[in-house]
Amino acid sequence: MAIVYQKSKGLTDKEMHYCPGCTHGIVHKLVAEVLEELNLLDDAIGVCPVGCSVFAYDYFSCDMQEASHGRAPAVATGIKRVHPNSPVFTYQGDGDLAAIGMAEIIHAANRGEKITTIFINNAIYGMTGGQMAPTTLIGQKATTAPLGRDKDLCGGPVHMCEMMSAIDGAVYVERVSVNNIPNLNKAKKAIKKAFELQMQNAGFAFIEVVSTCPTNWGKTPVESMKWLEENMLPVFPLGVYKDVEEVASK
Amino acid sequence: MTREIIVSGFGGQGVMSIGKTLTEAGLAEGLHVSWLPSYGPEMRGGTANCSVVVSDKPVGSPVVINPTELIAMNTPSLVKFEPMVVPNGIILINSSIVDKKPERSDVKAYYIPCIEIATELGNPKVANMAMLGAYLEATKAVKVETVHEMLKHIFHGPKEKLVALNLKAMEAGAACVK
Amino acid sequence: MAMELWKGNEAIAEAAVRAGCRFFFGYPITPQNEIPEYMSMRLPQVGGCFLQSESELAAINMVYGAAGAGARVMTSSSSPGISLKQEGITYMVGAQLPAVIINVSRGGPGLGSIQPAQSDYFQSTRGGGNGDYRTVVLAPNTIQEAVDHTQMAFDIADKYRNPVFVLADGMIGQMMEPIEWKEYKPAYTAEKEWATTGHKGKRPHNIVNSLFIDAAGCHQHNLELDKKYKAMEENEKRWQEVGTEDAEVLFVAYGTPSRIALSAAEILKAEGIKAGLFRPITLWPYPMMELREAIMRPSVKAVVCIEMSMGQMVEDVRYAALDKKPVSFCGKAGGVIPTQYEIAAAARAALGR
Repeated sequence: MAIVYQKSKGLTDKEMHYCPGCTHGIVHKLVAEVLEELNLLDDAIGVCPVGCSVFAYDYFSCDMQEASHGRAPAVATGIKRVHPNSPVFTYQGDGDLAAIGMAEIIHAANRGEKITTIFINNAIYGMTGGQMAPTTLIGQKATTAPLGRDKDLCGGPVHMCEMMSAIDGAVYVERVSVNNIPNLNKAKKAIKKAFELQMQNAGFAFIEVVSTCPTNWGKTPVESMKWLEENMLPVFPLGVYKDVEEVASK
Repeated sequence: MTREIIVSGFGGQGVMSIGKTLTEAGLAEGLHVSWLPSYGPEMRGGTANCSVVVSDKPVGSPVVINPTELIAMNTPSLVKFEPMVVPNGIILINSSIVDKKPERSDVKAYYIPCIEIATELGNPKVANMAMLGAYLEATKAVKVETVHEMLKHIFHGPKEKLVALNLKAMEAGAACVK
Repeated sequence: MAMELWKGNEAIAEAAVRAGCRFFFGYPITPQNEIPEYMSMRLPQVGGCFLQSESELAAINMVYGAAGAGARVMTSSSSPGISLKQEGITYMVGAQLPAVIINVSRGGPGLGSIQPAQSDYFQSTRGGGNGDYRTVVLAPNTIQEAVDHTQMAFDIADKYRNPVFVLADGMIGQMMEPIEWKEYKPAYTAEKEWATTGHKGKRPHNIVNSLFIDAAGCHQHNLELDKKYKAMEENEKRWQEVGTEDAEVLFVAYGTPSRIALSAAEILKAEGIKAGLFRPITLWPYPMMELREAIMRPSVKAVVCIEMSMGQMVEDVRYAALDKKPVSFCGKAGGVIPTQYEIAAAARAALGR
C-alpha cells in the first residue's frame, strides 16, 4: 500500500495534550515539517514557553529547552551565541510573549538575534484558565474581564507584528493564520522563509499565528474558526509586515 | 612597619593614581599592599579618596580609619581627614589650592604647591607626581628608584620623555619637604 | 611566579576567562561594573561572547540558555540585581544547569546603598528564589581567593550541574591587591551529554527543563536534587581557623569583616586577650559541626559574630553554639564597615572586661 501521509520526523510520538479545535497542534506540525524539509532537525534547538505550549519540548523531536515565563527569547539568545550555526527558535503564546516577555522579545529583535519566533495569538490565557491576554479584543470576555475588555481600564489589544516591523533588527515579520487550507499553506511558507532567513544569518524573523482557543472562548471548534474570522482577523490583519529583502529590491 | 595612607582630593587631581603608584611600588619592593578606592557618587566630580596600606606584614583591614599619613589635595579633604590622623602622623597639603593649615599641633605638616610646580614644568598633569615626590621624601615608604623603574615601564617609545618630566615633578615636590 | 596588582572585579573576570568561561551576560550595576566592562573587552579576544542584556532577568535567562547549550558561562551583579536573577537561578537548579554567579553585594533592602554589605546572606544560603534548592556559596576575603574561588566555582558547578555563587562584597570587588596567577586545570571535565547541542540524528532529543507537572514526578525530582545537595555538604565545605586553639574570644566572620576581625585580634593581643577567628569560606554548605567544635573548646568563653548586616549569619552561629556559650553580634548594615576598634570593644564586652 502506498503511503499517502506521514507524521513529520520533527514530531515525537508523544500524544499531544491540546484541546479539540486548538490550533497549536497544526502549528507544531508546520514547524516540524519545515525543520524536516530544510534538513535542520539534527541541529535545531527549540525553546518553549510557559502557557499551553509548555510541553512542546515533548512534542518536537529536536533538542529543546523550557524557558521561564516570557524569557524564551533571552534563553534562545544564550543558545544561539553558543551555537551560532544551529537553527534556534522560540515558540510562545500571547501572554508569554506580549505581556511578561515583552522586554525580551523587543530586545532580541532589536539585537537582530538570528533566531525565529513563532508567536501564537489566541487572545486569551489558555493554561491558567481564560484570563485576559494582552491581545484580548475590546469587549471580549475573559475570567479577569467578566464584562469584556474595557479599553479605558486596560487599553486595547497589543499589535505585535505592527510593533516588530518597526524594529531594525527584525528582517521578516508576517501575520498568518491556519483557519483554512490556503492560509495554512501561507503559514507554512512564512515559517519556512523565517528559518531560511535565519540560516542565511539575515536577522530576526517573527511569525504571528492568529489562533483559536475553543475551550476558553466557550465555543465549539467550528464556531471558534468562525469567531476568529469575524472578530480577530479585522483587528489582526494577515499579511507580510516587514520583508527586508523586498524593501531592498524595491 | 605598617603605613596606612589616605589620599584625597577632587576627581581629576590624580588622587587614585598617587595611591596606585604607591601600591605598585610597594609590591615591587616585596611589601604587602592594598588599595581601596571610595566609589560611588563622589567619583562623578566630588571629593574622591583612596586608602593604601603598605606593610611588612599581611594586610588585615584594607580600610584606613586612622591614617599614618594623609595626602590632602583639596581643602575638604584636609577638613574631613585631619581629625583621624594618628598622633605624630604626617599631613601633606597641596598648598596651591588649600588655604588652611592643620589645626592640630601633634602632626607634622608639609606644604607642596603642586600646581605651581607642574605649571613651571609645562604640564599641569604632573601636579600629583609632585605630591608623590614629597610623600616619598617625607616617609621613605618606597624608593624613588622603584617609581622611576615603573615610570620607564609605563612611558616608552614616543612617550619616553614623560619619564624625565615626572621625575622632575617628583624632585621638585621632594624639595618642599627637605 | 610574579605577583601582580589587580582590582577585585577585574581579577574575577580574568580568572573566569582563564577557567574557560567564554560567555558572559550581564547588566550594569554598581559596584560590579568592572566585571562586565572587562568581559566586553576580553571575551572577544578569546573567541567568546559578551552581551549586555536589557535586564538582569534577561541576563540570567541568557545564562540559562548558554548553560543548557553546554557552555561555561557566568554572570555578575550586585544585590538588587541578584534579586532579579533569582527566577533564573531557581530554574537553573531545577533544570540542573551549571553556571557561576558573582554577587558583589551592597547595602539593602531595596535600592539600599552602593557600599559594601553582607545583607544577602539569607538570600544566598537559603535560596532566594522559589522551591527547595541549594547553591554552593563561596565567600572570598582576599583578591587571591576571589580568583581561586571563581575558578573553583566553575568546577563545582559542572560537577553537580548546579549554579554556584561567589559572594564577594563591594570591598573585594573594588580593592586592589597582589595576586599570583596559578596555572588552572579544570578539576571536572566530563562531557556534557545532557546539553542541547543538536542531536545530529545520533541520540534521542535532549530536554533542558524544570517542569515536572505530576506531583509524584516532581517529588522524585526533588529527591534526586537532594542527593546532590547531600553530596555538596559532604564534599564542598570549606573554612579557615586562625588562632582558635587557645582563643578566649572566638570571632566568626566571612569576607571583608574576617580581615578586620584579625586586625581587632591584634589590638586585643596587645591587651593580653587571646582572640581567634573562625571563617566560613563556604556559606553553604555551612561548616556547622566544625564551628561547633571550635566554639566548644574549653578556652572559648565568648563568641562574637561580625557581619556587614543587621545579623544574618549569627543565626547559624547561635545554632552552632547550642546555648552552651554566649554569642554576641557586632555588625553594621547599609555599607558601613565595622572597625577593628568596634570589634575589639565587642570582644571586651563579651568577656565582661
